[in-house]
Amino acid sequence: MDKKEAAQRLVDMFGDMNVIGVVHSILVESSKYIIILLFAIYTWHCFSVFIGKNPEKKEKIYKRQNKIMYTIHFICSLVLFLNSLDVKMILFYLAQLIFLVFVNKAYIYVYRNASKIVLNNMLMLLMIGFVMIGRLKQDNMVKQLVFALGICIAGLFIPFLIERFAYFDRFGKVYVLAGIVMLALVFVIGKSVYGARNWIIIGSFAMQPSEFVKIIYVFFVAAMLAESTEFLDVVKVAGLAGIHILILVLEKDLGAALIFYITFLAILYVASQKAVYLGLGLGAGALAAVVAYQLFTHVQTRVIAWKDPWGTIDTAGYQIAQSLFAIGTGGWFGMGLGEGLPSNIPVAESDFIFSAISEELGAFFAICLILVEVSCFVMFVNIALKMKRRFYKLTALGLAIEYIFQVFLTIGGVTRFIPSTGVTLPLVSYGGSSVISTIILFCIIQGMYVLNCREEEKLESRPKKQKAER
Amino acid sequence: MMESDIDHSDLKKERKGNIQILMLTYGMVLLFMGLIGCFTYFMAVQSQKIINNPYNKRQEVLAKKVQRGKILSADGKVLAKTVTDDEGNDIRIYPYDKVFCHVVGRIQNSMTGIEKTQCYPLLTSHSNPLKQLTNTFRGEKNKGDTVVTTLDTGLQKTAYNALGNYRGAVIALEPSTGKILTMVSKPSYDPNSVKKNWKRLIQDSEEESALVNRATQGVYPPGSTFKLMTAMEYMMENPEDYQDFHYQCKGSDSFSGNVINCYEKEKHGRVSLKSALAKSCNGAFSKIGTMLSVDSFRDLTEKFFFNRSLGVDFEYNKSRFSLTEDSDMGELTQTFIGQGKTMITPLENALIAATVANQGVMMEPYVVDYLENDANKTVTAHQPKEKGRIIEEWVAEKMTKLMKAVVTDGTAASLRSLPYSVAGKTGSAEFDSEGTSHAWFVGFAPAENPEIAVSIVVEGVGTGSQYAVPIARKLFDEYLRD
Repeated sequence: MDKKEAAQRLVDMFGDMNVIGVVHSILVESSKYIIILLFAIYTWHCFSVFIGKNPEKKEKIYKRQNKIMYTIHFICSLVLFLNSLDVKMILFYLAQLIFLVFVNKAYIYVYRNASKIVLNNMLMLLMIGFVMIGRLKQDNMVKQLVFALGICIAGLFIPFLIERFAYFDRFGKVYVLAGIVMLALVFVIGKSVYGARNWIIIGSFAMQPSEFVKIIYVFFVAAMLAESTEFLDVVKVAGLAGIHILILVLEKDLGAALIFYITFLAILYVASQKAVYLGLGLGAGALAAVVAYQLFTHVQTRVIAWKDPWGTIDTAGYQIAQSLFAIGTGGWFGMGLGEGLPSNIPVAESDFIFSAISEELGAFFAICLILVEVSCFVMFVNIALKMKRRFYKLTALGLAIEYIFQVFLTIGGVTRFIPSTGVTLPLVSYGGSSVISTIILFCIIQGMYVLNCREEEKLESRPKKQKAER
Repeated sequence: MMESDIDHSDLKKERKGNIQILMLTYGMVLLFMGLIGCFTYFMAVQSQKIINNPYNKRQEVLAKKVQRGKILSADGKVLAKTVTDDEGNDIRIYPYDKVFCHVVGRIQNSMTGIEKTQCYPLLTSHSNPLKQLTNTFRGEKNKGDTVVTTLDTGLQKTAYNALGNYRGAVIALEPSTGKILTMVSKPSYDPNSVKKNWKRLIQDSEEESALVNRATQGVYPPGSTFKLMTAMEYMMENPEDYQDFHYQCKGSDSFSGNVINCYEKEKHGRVSLKSALAKSCNGAFSKIGTMLSVDSFRDLTEKFFFNRSLGVDFEYNKSRFSLTEDSDMGELTQTFIGQGKTMITPLENALIAATVANQGVMMEPYVVDYLENDANKTVTAHQPKEKGRIIEEWVAEKMTKLMKAVVTDGTAASLRSLPYSVAGKTGSAEFDSEGTSHAWFVGFAPAENPEIAVSIVVEGVGTGSQYAVPIARKLFDEYLRD
């Protein structure tokens, strides 16, 4: 049922009261401006929280952010309901609401001292994802919700795990082995999806191993480099990381290969404190990119699509062109939720969800979304800076880079800033593996931070030091 | 740095690597600033142009909120408008029926013309935001922007009627700006009933190709109109002594065994460059051709946008020039008199005339003058753009003189009696072995201060003098009447 029919039905239901029709259109039309305004305030608070040190004031900001999230969620759900008059929408809304409230309360309890901005952002991004996926493909939204709930419950135990296994950094070799085996498994029982052989499908259960290896990969690099950054050790680690990356390249999973590479360089740079490694690494990466372009046709296709999507609109450029049409037609304020045509973009609910969001909720909203993602990263870095144990510091930094670089690849790809590499927007895009691994990533950083604070309290070596900011 | 490892201060150990972390953070933030900057630039500058693409299927979504705007002629007449019928359906109406069908285009059965190129501007409303808001809340559609064209209704009707039942095309430009004043293609069809008649139009049992805009998409052999190019090239290669050129025409000549005849084997006698062009002497121009550098001539044609994209905002075909140094003498001599493999659109031929008229500077042809909102406030206006200096000023001036001689002493003599002077060139382009030909005329007027350049082709009727020149006369009369 489209909006007009829905409005007509409301009028019919309430008799000949045109008021209803008018109220309906006012609600639906004004909602997009209200959503943008609220989200802008939310985004502002993600950064304004760094100003001043008053803990009470900060607490207030966190509360306000929560309220804004619930309000945006309510408005979006109301619009989706009014446009369809489908009772299922109310059920979806309630299920999502219960999820958000539950995770919020439980995490505040379990992750005491953890960054609340990070928690708020995690929920906000998940919520935007639910709304958008629900608007595009309802079945996928239900799956996403189930996955998110499952992993959020599991995530409640992560702080305990980290505390129990304080010697996490001794398993470098195990991480390497596990990572390489999992990645290589794809060659044995893998399946190609959209040109990349990076899926394992067992029965009706499909997963992307690279999403999980991403995390133990950071453990491995951080553990080994925390131990030593002697030249020979660096070469060894580089070789092992190289095997990971090579497998990913062979699977044609370019996005993941890039993320793995940049993450390795970042950890190496921080661990060794030598800019030479970063410079050499970026240079070698550029060289490798040129070689890859010469060798692989699928790399060439992506670059051609990026350089000239209009000339190749029937083939390689189709996706990116459709993405730009969606973003451009949506304009600054968007077409309104449910009013656009995001289903015209291939894989709109996963890799191209940013374009769908920009089309319907507007470019202003989309820019705020980018800023919220950046704010997550800044908070991660803030945590990494405060970490005392080297392994934790390097892990937090590695995960932070992994996260933000993936955001950069996906948004840069769909807006034609860089060639598209086909990675998901963490927490927002549909995808079980992606949402699970990102929530684990958030939990680990937060969990390590909690532990760091606790160790600090125990030691009480420097009693004058300010209590860690929440 | 290694020394600091020995230092066991906790604080120092804790902070080890923090500088590097901050550097990485700055780097990432910089990347994102670039990303947001690029995104903002896309939204503010590029998006309007980019979304206007037939592959973007959002017209119907926009059409639910915005009533498609009007298309107007330069003199304010409505060429296309949308009205809402009693049942609330939007209907597109074209008040001039067939007259503007190709240039204005249609929205049903695949969009064409201005309807296609301006699809998104027509479906975008720039009316007062307050008005838009009240409209939205009332559930009423906003009014889309109006596209004001450069087309002149009087001239268009004249051209349409002058072509009569012949097949062919007429295009007229303002040389100093590139404004397209008229664009007619025949046979035509009625865009109001295109859906109803679609099957017949597509089957095309009469082979009329009524859906094709011949003015910009039809490619024809240029015939003698191409001698303008040959003459220009000769002058440029011999700037000192081109006036000394002479040729003894015996009605027929042979170049390495390739026989070239003049029209009806007429003997033109001793001709100079000027009289050879005026009388359209094939022998003289073949002779000139044998003296020219093919590469240099090829460069000239490509400067005039043969084989190249014009980058204009309407559908067109490229004109083709394919002569090379390796081509044989037969093709060479044929090409320089406008036969051979050269193919030209009426648009391209109009551009050649307009460039000469504009002292050698080609203006980019355009048909959309500006966009205005429902309160007649201009939203965006098209500024005339130079395509570049194609030929030197002295060549253009000299060419104008030669083309005037075509009217005063040559094949377009019926334009001699007009109250203003005309410069032009006729052509009769043979396209099959039976000797039937397309009638051509290109030219401009007044020759001293050109206001209009025209290009006319009438398919398969005979000579340019007989069939195309009278149409030019009607156009000049209509446009320069007062």
